[in-house]
Amino acid sequence: MDINTLRILATVTSFIVFVGIIIWAWKRRDTSDFKDAANLPFTND
Amino acid sequence: MQALNTQSTTYNDGVIRQFSIMAVVWGVVGMLVGVIIAAQLVWPELNLGLPWTSFGRLRPLHTNAVIFAFGGCTLFATSYYVVQRTCHTTLFLPQLAKFTFWGWQAVILAAAISLPLGFTQGKEYAELEWPIDILITLVWVAYAVVFFGTIGTRKVKHIYVANWFFGAFIITVALLHIVNSAAMPASMMKSYSAYAGVQDAMVQWWYGHNAVGFFLTAGFLGIMYYFVPKQAERPVYSYSLSIVHFWALIFTYMWAGPHHLHYTALPDWTQSLGMAFSLILLAPSWGGMINGMMTLSGAWHKLRTDPILRFMIVSLSFYGMSTFEGPMMAIKTVNSLSHYTDWTVGHVHSGALGWVGLVSMGAIYYMIPRLFGQKQMHSMKAIELHFWLATVGIVLYIAALWIAGVMEGLMWRAINTDGTLTYTFVESVKAKYPYYIIRLLGGLLYLSGMIIMLWNVLKTATSGKAAVATIPPVAAHA
Repeated sequence: MDINTLRILATVTSFIVFVGIIIWAWKRRDTSDFKDAANLPFTND
Repeated sequence: MQALNTQSTTYNDGVIRQFSIMAVVWGVVGMLVGVIIAAQLVWPELNLGLPWTSFGRLRPLHTNAVIFAFGGCTLFATSYYVVQRTCHTTLFLPQLAKFTFWGWQAVILAAAISLPLGFTQGKEYAELEWPIDILITLVWVAYAVVFFGTIGTRKVKHIYVANWFFGAFIITVALLHIVNSAAMPASMMKSYSAYAGVQDAMVQWWYGHNAVGFFLTAGFLGIMYYFVPKQAERPVYSYSLSIVHFWALIFTYMWAGPHHLHYTALPDWTQSLGMAFSLILLAPSWGGMINGMMTLSGAWHKLRTDPILRFMIVSLSFYGMSTFEGPMMAIKTVNSLSHYTDWTVGHVHSGALGWVGLVSMGAIYYMIPRLFGQKQMHSMKAIELHFWLATVGIVLYIAALWIAGVMEGLMWRAINTDGTLTYTFVESVKAKYPYYIIRLLGGLLYLSGMIIMLWNVLKTATSGKAAVATIPPVAAHA
């Protein structure tokens, strides 16, 4: 495969993964998982 | 040597106490050198006619001291503090953690001796010669082992977002340092870069910009994501936003470096790419700033009474300001005016004094009483005074350099109708004289705040004693 095709694939894949992360993070915004994680700094006191 | 130390019931805070105190000490030293060279720009005779005290040698001493000694010690201290408390476990390999402290201090001492003697690789923020570079690499690998080992042995399910930022900072700085410092030694204190020509420049500014992006941004965002919620006593505004913030920074920062090389021998398309990614960076930067600020929603009144929280929130405002200014200056047409002028120096200091400095001070003021078994810092009034000295100092500093920089850029490009330059170079230098004095005054105010902090920290530490913090039992957070 041409090196430039690989580069294009890597860039496009990265972009799709990033959009996927945004959708994933947004869908989970009200879950107890995220609430637990956000409260981790307060579990010591 | 305690082997893996996973059974310990208390946090390992000794190394954090060491790093926190040294952060403040090196802060005073680094800022003092900054004030000296600012004075040299006003009165050049202050270089005393000696090579060791000349501007060219003291300037890298200043940048290395404030970034790697003050900033570095702060990052070690806060990351060790945060990773233990959000993973409910003690530091992995405590002996190696001790090595990171003594090794890092050795790096700082080596820099403080070799830079005034004139040993340099000539790369900005990567001046240190190859034997010191090797020591940095060893300390950094040890740091990574301690940090990620602690995360690996955590007793909780999640890895808190602050640790993601600290982790990205540690991995990226290792990568940047090793690639950019690759060199062929010629003697004990002289080496030649592994790269040549414009490739060397591009590698250097890939390093340089990501040193800003990961050492001075991601690491300090880790501080922000733990200490702002703690001081405000409420969880971060949006955990989802913090995840998007993290990945957006990771995916874009790496590409912004070419904006340091606008209108040079670097290919045009690379410059435009760097400019485009710099503009995109505004989004995650402001997302992060909003996330930090909004953590205060419903608790804004605390700003009136809590000077430590004020340090943190004003630092976020400076983060927002400088991450707006940065993308703007990366636009090629704006850059054609701003580059090589004091505007750039002003921009760096709005980020360094405003964002990095203030958030570090806030975090250290938070940790010190807790590390030394005290309710609060020795003097809250002194923190209040420090805050105002620092804030007024920053405003004077950056306003003076905005004016000086834009004026100097306009003078350089002014041409007469016959095409000759309107001003000689020395006329632009002369015009900056009053602004250099204001900048020196701003720096002096900032330094005096830091000296007050040192006094306050030492008073708090000596009147208390090393506190032992217990790890909550596993059942408590099942």
